[in-house]
Amino acid sequence: MPVLWLSLIVIAISVAVFAFGRQRALSASGGDSRGLHSLPVYYGANALMKAIFPAFGLLILWSLAQPLIIQNSISGMIPESALAEDANIGLVMSEVRRTADGLDYAIDGGFIDEATAENPNADVVGITQTLRDAGQIVTSEITQPILRAAQAYREMSTTMSLLMTFAVLIVALAGGGWGAMQSSRDFRARNVVEQGVLAILIAAASVAILTTIGIILSLVFNTVEFFRLYPAADFFTLLEWAPSFSGRGGASSLGILPLLWGTIYISIVALLVAVPIGLFAAIYLSEYATARVRGIAKPLLEILAGIPTIVYGLFALLTIGPLLMSVFGEDGTGWMGGGRSVMTAGIAMGIMLIPFVSSLSDDIINAVPQSLRDGSYGLGATRSETIKQVVLPAALPGIVGAILLAASRAIGETMIVVLGAGAAARLSLNPFEAMTTVTAKIVSQLTGDSDFASPEALVAFALGISLFVLTLGLNVFALYIVRKYREQYE
Amino acid sequence: MTDASMPSATPETRHKVSLVTPDARTQKRKAAEKRFRMYGIAGIATGLIFLVVLLVTIVSSGMGAFQQTFINVPVYLDAAKLDKNGNRDIDEIKKVSTFGYTPLIQDALLQQVRDAGIETPLEKRGDMKALISASAAAQVRDTVIENPDLIGQTVDFRILASSRVDGYLKGRVLREDVARDKNIDATHLDIVDALVPLGVMQKTFNLAFITGSDASESRAESAGIGVAMIGSLFMMLVVLVLSLPIGVAASIYLEEFAPKNRITDIIEVNIANLAAVPSIVFGILGLAVFIQFMHLPQSAPLVGGLVLTLMTLPTIIISTRASLKAVPPSIRDAALGVGASKMQAVFHHVLPLAAPGILTGTIIGLAQALGETAPLLLIGMVGFIASNAPDGIASGLLDPNSAMPAQIYEWAKRADPAYYERAWGGIIILLGFLISMNTIAVILRRRFERRW
Amino acid sequence: MNDMRIVERDVDTNNVKISAKGVQVYYGDTHAIKDVDVEIQDKTVTAFIGPSGCGKSTFLRCINRMNDTIDVARVTGDIRIDGEDIYDPRVDPVQLRAKVGMVFQKPNPFPKSIYDNVSYGPRIHGLARNKAELDDIVEKSLRRAAIWDEVKDRLDAPGTGLSGGQQQRLCIARAVATEPEVLLMDEPCSALDPIATAQVEELIDELRRNYSVVIVTHSMQQAARVSQKTAFFHLGNLVEYGETGHIFTNPTDPRTESYITGRIG
Repeated sequence: MPVLWLSLIVIAISVAVFAFGRQRALSASGGDSRGLHSLPVYYGANALMKAIFPAFGLLILWSLAQPLIIQNSISGMIPESALAEDANIGLVMSEVRRTADGLDYAIDGGFIDEATAENPNADVVGITQTLRDAGQIVTSEITQPILRAAQAYREMSTTMSLLMTFAVLIVALAGGGWGAMQSSRDFRARNVVEQGVLAILIAAASVAILTTIGIILSLVFNTVEFFRLYPAADFFTLLEWAPSFSGRGGASSLGILPLLWGTIYISIVALLVAVPIGLFAAIYLSEYATARVRGIAKPLLEILAGIPTIVYGLFALLTIGPLLMSVFGEDGTGWMGGGRSVMTAGIAMGIMLIPFVSSLSDDIINAVPQSLRDGSYGLGATRSETIKQVVLPAALPGIVGAILLAASRAIGETMIVVLGAGAAARLSLNPFEAMTTVTAKIVSQLTGDSDFASPEALVAFALGISLFVLTLGLNVFALYIVRKYREQYE
Repeated sequence: MTDASMPSATPETRHKVSLVTPDARTQKRKAAEKRFRMYGIAGIATGLIFLVVLLVTIVSSGMGAFQQTFINVPVYLDAAKLDKNGNRDIDEIKKVSTFGYTPLIQDALLQQVRDAGIETPLEKRGDMKALISASAAAQVRDTVIENPDLIGQTVDFRILASSRVDGYLKGRVLREDVARDKNIDATHLDIVDALVPLGVMQKTFNLAFITGSDASESRAESAGIGVAMIGSLFMMLVVLVLSLPIGVAASIYLEEFAPKNRITDIIEVNIANLAAVPSIVFGILGLAVFIQFMHLPQSAPLVGGLVLTLMTLPTIIISTRASLKAVPPSIRDAALGVGASKMQAVFHHVLPLAAPGILTGTIIGLAQALGETAPLLLIGMVGFIASNAPDGIASGLLDPNSAMPAQIYEWAKRADPAYYERAWGGIIILLGFLISMNTIAVILRRRFERRW
Repeated sequence: MNDMRIVERDVDTNNVKISAKGVQVYYGDTHAIKDVDVEIQDKTVTAFIGPSGCGKSTFLRCINRMNDTIDVARVTGDIRIDGEDIYDPRVDPVQLRAKVGMVFQKPNPFPKSIYDNVSYGPRIHGLARNKAELDDIVEKSLRRAAIWDEVKDRLDAPGTGLSGGQQQRLCIARAVATEPEVLLMDEPCSALDPIATAQVEELIDELRRNYSVVIVTHSMQQAARVSQKTAFFHLGNLVEYGETGHIFTNPTDPRTESYITGRIG
């Protein structure tokens, strides 16, 4: 692990310059730290900071850039003829990478020697066989151009890694040395170190931004790729979802509408379960319950929110499904063909959302000023009249916001629908029929065997971006409503 | 100003009625009040009933996974089959595959059945296959390879019974169902019924479920969650090591140093919205960035940890900021007043005071991450059968593994109902972890809660 | 107590509407009202004055049992309206509050239209048989609260959009719409500017024709301007009760005198 070793060396350098910088500062003031501008430790920290951050920054940037640079120069080496059958540079490149990794592994394991691995005219069939024997995954016969590319790949990687090692070490030493040299009586080490710390804090805060950018970029790039292979109009308007399996021939129909319908239908069922129960629970907890009852019932309900969704998925699949089957299945009303259905997933999701609805509504109902309640009681209204005619109307915007947040949760929920809703995309009104959702299909398209570059896999990113936009829109809108509502009573 | 006709213009009967005897309308309203109150109680009761049903289902369906049926059988390790040349050469013994051991075990069990005098039409060695786990041969083989001197002796083994037998003893497999089952017959169950009182078959506590690894589809009886637990552990390590410092640093910046401007606003809105992004989207991010772009290994706990870190960060930032905000400004003023820099005031005074709150928030964030499944599906942490525990930290982080919730999902997908029991059992263990983490968080909060 | 004499002397002038005997109020461990006896007359404005925290508002809230909505509050003693014990377990506080209206310190219109604010009480108590009757009640109430001319063109506008003084008169209209017999006012002008205060005070004087009005106020001038009877509360005790003019010019109790002359409070 050269990167690990490199990191350790950089850390060692940093520790050394820390000690050196501190020592220099102390000797500059004749061993009396009171003569210095800052505490001695800051002079050390200044040197350490200057050694470690540029070096690690370079290391990270280089590690990110190196594969891109190598990929660009290698992909030029692969002739058009080799591309013809596969028709995709990405696939060929992953083949190249696999072969290169395989060669590395085979050399480590002593299956072939360095010379054979670097021989551009080596026997391709023989090498393929050797790699297979060495336990490497080689999908097809390695062709001559791929082998050459792989060899070039290895060579470039080695050279660039070596270069990187030198560059990083030089940066660490130079930075650390400069920092240590700065140590003098009047150098304002503390201020410099604090600037550095502030920079770290800012960097940490921007991780959130980077995450969002990462999400958007990864979704957008792959979606664009998908729309290059598959018409966007079809994706948004087709009423059918029928991905073909590669190799069987025939084009896939990848329409989002049936999935969207399944998503929305299941979310509606979930909200029909969660909203009345959650809302009445919130009303009781905030308006009727004594402090004791509230202190017991509220945390108990919130346990439901802490249970992982996989548990609800299993509960849907193994408990709710069979239960519904016994009532609505063949032995009962006959509406239900199998345990997985919109109802199965919807009920489980509804149970999951109860505490979500109830605690949000509870907060919102509590924000309604007491003076409004007093006004109503003062007119001789009963509690329920006050709640129904004064408190709830006043809290309505907030409650709508809470329900929208719950809806966004329901739409983005994955495990419950993967286990409870079924796999067939259907446009039907029967809630006892199996349907599938956007999230469930993202999982199935990306975990199947289909190739990442195929439209059947890339469609998951288009689904992902639709999901992201939908939930983000709901959230922003809901948070806006809730914030407006809170401002009204502040 | 006043309407002249108003005084006593409305001869409402209600005014004449005494307060002590409520009129009909008031009674109706009181009834409505009671009804409404009942709806509230019903709402809470329904929620609590769901909770109870859920917990009872989990416990009643999952406890079985902690018990397993074993067969105590003396196996004659026939030298003629296991070591044909008789030189006890370990390399030659290793060449004998599990297929060489299976007949020995089946013979041994058949012998037991005969010795016990059980009347059964099953007289062939192969008939015993249905009773014995497919993993038994591997167990015997491992023992022999570890200690080749046992060859030629008769050794007592405690081997796993097949999952059908186990299911029969746990009441999951019923005699009626067996008719359609090609793996086992009613006659086998007769043998089981006869062997149980003799102590040959025993249902006992199954440590292997907690410590073991996943098994192939046909060997439900030997699957365990232990390796997935280690996968989860490594992921949580990554999450803790990354999200705590980053989250605290980000919160300190936003709460203490950030100027009130557009960029800060954007970061804040961003964090609030990230907290509500569906977890599956983080899985897509992990797949595209960490695996496709950075070429980090698939199914690795490192990647899982990175994805969960990004997912947990907003939670940790939100709770950390709340604890920083709870430290009164007077503390900062006091530090600044004795000449500390703002940075020193924050790191020497504010941060230590906020630490319990930060820790509580972090533990709750970790608990959330521990139960998360969807993103792990996309980075390939399911469908992989981790057979060995990792050797060290590097291998723990980089070697393919599963995670507890992903393992549970994997079991739930399998066709054999024996795996459902294990899925519920896995949930008991997972919930055990979550409950302990949340309890620690609550205790921390109670213990260190400070009122200013 | 010596102030009892004054009460007895005044009884003959008007009918007694509310009579309280030995009222004690506890908020948790705090003894907020200590053994208060008072008789409030019909068609009279009675002012409760006293320093902050003296219990005047608390006592006011006993008269329509608003203290019931506070969990820790406990009321003992005997309060009668028209001879009926309002703390009798058979009495429904809802019915009581329809008979004893209340106006609060801070204007608290519901976030609904002006019309809905006023019609709320009549609707929950079923005072109107149809829309026309309801319209009628709303108009009469708004007229009685002297705000009709200002809002008649925008009855559908939200009540929260009115100015402070208008909001408070809307709340008075809302209270009188249920045809109460007693109107309790808890510092109704404290959140208002002087002009709005004058309007409300004028209104209170008008309301005396139909109701027994009890007003809690911080301002002695206000008490002097609007009330016929005044009760002075101090530290939970009713110190002195009598004709307003008498209390302000010739207080019997030294504490009352100190308060009026500005030495306590």
